[in-house]
Amino acid sequence: MARAGRQQTEELTPRSARAEMTREISQRHAGERGPLLEILHAVQAEHGYIADEDVMEIADLLNLSVAEVHGTVSFYHDFRRRPAADHEVHVCRAEACQAVGAAELWAAAEERFAHREDVEVREVFCFGNCALGPSASIDGRLRGRVTVDDLATAESGWSR
Amino acid sequence: MTTVWVPSDSSARAVGADEVAAALAEVEGVSVRRNGTRGMLWREPLVEVETDRGRVGYATVAADDIPALLEAGMLSGADHETCIGVVDEDPWLTAQDRVSLARIGVAEPTDIHAYEAQGGWAGLRRAVELDPADVVEEVVASGLRGRGGAGFPTGIKWRTVLQARDGGADQAFVACNLDEGDSGTFADRILAEGDPFTLVEGMTIAAVTVGATEGYIYCRSEYPDAIARLRDAIAVAAEHGYLGDDVAGSGRSFRLQVRVGAGAYICGEETSMLESLEGRRGEVRAKPPIPALHGLWDSPTVVNNLLSFAAIPMILADGGEAYAARGVGRSRGTQVFQLAGNIARGGVYEAPLGITLRELVEDIGGGTRTGRPVRAVQVGGPLGAYLPADRLDVPMGYEELAEAGGMLGHGGLVVFDDTVDMARMARFAMEFCSVESCGKCTPCRIGSTRGVETIDRITSTPAGAEGRDQLFVLLEDLCATMTTGSLCAMGGLTPVPVRSALTHFPEDFGGSPR
Repeated sequence: MARAGRQQTEELTPRSARAEMTREISQRHAGERGPLLEILHAVQAEHGYIADEDVMEIADLLNLSVAEVHGTVSFYHDFRRRPAADHEVHVCRAEACQAVGAAELWAAAEERFAHREDVEVREVFCFGNCALGPSASIDGRLRGRVTVDDLATAESGWSR
Repeated sequence: MTTVWVPSDSSARAVGADEVAAALAEVEGVSVRRNGTRGMLWREPLVEVETDRGRVGYATVAADDIPALLEAGMLSGADHETCIGVVDEDPWLTAQDRVSLARIGVAEPTDIHAYEAQGGWAGLRRAVELDPADVVEEVVASGLRGRGGAGFPTGIKWRTVLQARDGGADQAFVACNLDEGDSGTFADRILAEGDPFTLVEGMTIAAVTVGATEGYIYCRSEYPDAIARLRDAIAVAAEHGYLGDDVAGSGRSFRLQVRVGAGAYICGEETSMLESLEGRRGEVRAKPPIPALHGLWDSPTVVNNLLSFAAIPMILADGGEAYAARGVGRSRGTQVFQLAGNIARGGVYEAPLGITLRELVEDIGGGTRTGRPVRAVQVGGPLGAYLPADRLDVPMGYEELAEAGGMLGHGGLVVFDDTVDMARMARFAMEFCSVESCGKCTPCRIGSTRGVETIDRITSTPAGAEGRDQLFVLLEDLCATMTTGSLCAMGGLTPVPVRSALTHFPEDFGGSPR
């Protein structure tokens, strides 16, 4: 019933450009088995994050409830519901990196970037670089044997 | 033209291999090629120069070092303080028994001709000639057990799926668990990046055996290089007729695709992985039913770890007996051990099961990177026990480690020196569980949070204070509840590192009553 109602509304209010794009991306994967994660990855790659309207659109296309799609998005650490910061510093906090100083690196990263809203510091559990830790990914680039000084070097390369 | 090899492995790239490759590409008369890593990660970036003597290696090269190395005669393989000689003759490599890693780090990872020249596809060719039941018996005879950590016999699993197919199931699937989230483990990543065809071949053998026409590799999103490499390898294998409608001329069809996880540790648990592959929250399923009978989309499914699949090509090519000839007790074959954490010579080391932990940590790994004494080694990932330095003589086998209170897991070892605070590590085990629990069962979801709180209260209460002893009772009670009441290994095994820290390192908790 709700579905029929939604379709009627759609005829009256056209979709936003974003929603159109989301639907188009989703349709590319809709024929695959179990396509939801593939779609969420593709939508996030396109828009940078997954907005409420994306969730509605995907749910409609896959004939899933909005709750089911939202529940899947919120389960996984990778999916974001807001735009990303300009810079990302992901520090591994797992055991192998802790054995070579990850706790100190994590604390230093949190402290250094605490005042910067354009930098997202996130904990990650393992990049699979466990022989050359501590590991961190700075703006998507994995680095090994990272020191506190490397954080300063990275920051000096960013324009404010 | 002198050919110079620079690894494209992501660990090598994390310490500057791309910059080294770019600097070498500028040099006249040099042709740069990108191999996978040899697995000697402490030597990365390891640059190899082709000479008349063989490939001569230069270790931990930085882009800035290139002019001096050229000056010293690197292109003719001249000696230098960073030179390790002919790489193929390096004792760290020659002492290994490389079965799954046989081809790693030699050629470009997606060079299918090099793969074939090194013995690739021989296992698949034999598998398509044999009756499926005979392939299964070959795997049973090998004694191969699930390398993801559970140690279930791979051949029995395949036999179950094959019987379900013979019993009338009209579809079956093959799925590879490449959600290698355990800290201290990276063998799957190195193999996927450095020799992806070995996985493709192992999975294809499984597929033609059980009659699966579709396969999925579930790879964690933290491994972008592995994802890209596998997708390339799948395309190349399909072009050459090893995937598609007519696998290796057998008339059988198999299609393989990579699916990407989204940063949830629990999806390494096989039923959670199946949920995720089907596009849902990665919440674990209760077993039974087992995935071999009711797996992906309720069909019989072979779910194996990457390392299990990677042993298959050799088992089919050389026979199960040849694989079973290696090992100890009921742990047959080889294991790709991963030396990680605070270790001088970290990397991947393949050896027959039964090698002792001490040999791996001290002789092969060279002790700690910091040069301080080893205090603890965590074996088998975040759910594995912390073993103290005086208990390292245990042979690395499933039963042998279980007897010592530990587990083999995925074969990763994380070494800690004497500065480690084991109460902090115990707290971290609980914290990690609270962050990564799927939330489906209460002992894991709530127990882990209460575990963090209880350990905090222990470490913040002065020794001898009233009520402190009861906190230990409470923590033990919590551990018992999690162990017996959790749905899967995440909640069920989180108490293992906690209890081992309490047992072996009570002084770090300000002294425990007992």
